[in-house]
Amino acid sequence: MLMSLAGIVFGVGFFIVTQAQTGGFEQFFIRTILGTNGALRIEDRLRPTLFAADAAAGVTLGLAPQGGIEDPERVAEAVRQFRNVTGAAVVLLGGAAITGATGSDPLARVFGINLDDQLAVSDLRGQVSRGDLTDFRRAPDGALLGGVLAGRLGLGVGDAFLLDSGGGPRRYRVSAIYETGVNDIDRVRVYLHLREARSLLRRPTGASFLQVGLLDPDRAPADAAQIQAVTGHAVTTWQQREKTWLEVFRALRVSSAITVSTIILVAGLGMFNTLAMLVLEKTREIAILRATGHTRRDIAEIFLWQGALVLVAGTALGCLFGAGATWAVSRLPIRIRGIFSADSFVVEWSPWHYVTAAATATVVVLAASWVPARRAARLEPGEVIRGNAQ
Amino acid sequence: MTSPTALADRSAVLRCENLHRHLGASEARAHVLRGVSFAARRGEVCAIVGPSGCGKSTLLYQLGLLDRPDGGEIWLDGAALGGADDEARTAARGRHLGFVFQFHYLLLEFSALENVMLPMRKLGRLTPAAMEARARELLAAVGLADKAARPAAHLSGGEQQRVAVARALANEPAVILADEPTGNLDAANSEAVFALLCRLAREHRQAVVMVTHNPELAARCDVTRPMRDGRFV
Repeated sequence: MLMSLAGIVFGVGFFIVTQAQTGGFEQFFIRTILGTNGALRIEDRLRPTLFAADAAAGVTLGLAPQGGIEDPERVAEAVRQFRNVTGAAVVLLGGAAITGATGSDPLARVFGINLDDQLAVSDLRGQVSRGDLTDFRRAPDGALLGGVLAGRLGLGVGDAFLLDSGGGPRRYRVSAIYETGVNDIDRVRVYLHLREARSLLRRPTGASFLQVGLLDPDRAPADAAQIQAVTGHAVTTWQQREKTWLEVFRALRVSSAITVSTIILVAGLGMFNTLAMLVLEKTREIAILRATGHTRRDIAEIFLWQGALVLVAGTALGCLFGAGATWAVSRLPIRIRGIFSADSFVVEWSPWHYVTAAATATVVVLAASWVPARRAARLEPGEVIRGNAQ
Repeated sequence: MTSPTALADRSAVLRCENLHRHLGASEARAHVLRGVSFAARRGEVCAIVGPSGCGKSTLLYQLGLLDRPDGGEIWLDGAALGGADDEARTAARGRHLGFVFQFHYLLLEFSALENVMLPMRKLGRLTPAAMEARARELLAAVGLADKAARPAAHLSGGEQQRVAVARALANEPAVILADEPTGNLDAANSEAVFALLCRLAREHRQAVVMVTHNPELAARCDVTRPMRDGRFV
């Protein structure tokens, strides 16, 4: 029974710690992408479009996104009226070649922004690793560069660089360098003032998209549907944008839960074996209890209580072990650079990990106790005392 | 459901009529009880004797509601229980019957006192303090007052069987059913256990039904019922 108890303790503990890790990285990833790209992105206006036409079915009309946002400030103002919206920032996006001190890159992505609006819908302030935003705010030719891009071009804070989107090179100066932790962003993205971006990209009006922040990002799908209906512009949620990675995290979480649950399952099998042997060894004691007036239910309860005691002790110790292991893992240094950036294991402290682990252990232990308990309850005292019990 | 015969024999606390029981399966199936009728009366010690395999113990288990008859009926304290459901039979065992077997069947991890208290705890008629007092009283009656706290595993064979007798008496049952209660004991312990059963039965007006191979003990009982081939002879 001690082995079964140990199995439950380790099974519950490992379940918790693996869920804390996968959940932690998932939450960290979500925080990162919400902090860089926002919860919602409002893009092209939806216009009636002819989808298909034939003699049998007739003409099929629908809505298709076209032409960007013509009056971004008006749309942004409308969006800011939604209760769950924390802010809406106009973004003008375009490609440009960038040339720095030690190299160049023809595929830089220029983001024209209004700084205060952008700060309301992103963690840009917290992502600045060198320089500061005050300089950017004051300098019309100031720019914010991703850390990877700045490093590749040999640029530091205060250095000048050139951007060319086809209208000839224009000179800018690095006000600050930011690190979102997302490699794909940090190696291409250059933030400019919206006015400068319009000039560079030769787009005096309109916007590529609006970045929208939400108080409760989990409500993004419902808000997106409402905003799309009200503004007539296509709205995509962070869940749609990051669907692939979110699916990967979900698969990892489920996969690790299944894998670690096998430890609990093996402990349950051990417990079943122990209790089944106990029933065989204690048939005479069961018979005398039945002879002295104990019901079948009383007998079953003896074995179910044994299972319950192991379950309670195992789950309690397993939760403590899991919490301790989660804390220890969160202190382990590990350098992660890719879809996000972290320098130690990221863990999520969620009561649901403990509830799920306890529920899994409960199902397994009760199933493992139920069969021997039922078998014990079915023993006929007369047959046992006569020596014929099977 | 009370038979006319049962009504006529009002002193019989435990009765059976025309009991049949088969044991084994297919070719090994044997007709062990062949229409047995029996009555046990309060204050009377009855010995059932006979050769091995004649059906004595099978009859005792039927009377003790530990096994179900293939035919016939059993009445305990006026209630027909031969075909009753398991719950009714179990409750009747706890309230009206006490068992002493050839092997003591004590729970060895528990003390003598706890073993004696076991049936009382289930019945729940007394408070915990009253249960303990009665258990100590019973252990004193069987000469084990000073060994009440001792684990059953640390008692001698004779002492274990005396604890089993005390346990059988715990709920003041109307009937004590004893299957070779002295079978595993030496002469001195056999005499002690037998004398104890007889004395307590008479003092408390309990019926004692005892299966035994020992002719000397059988001769000292109030009634002796010899069996052969599944019938009383």
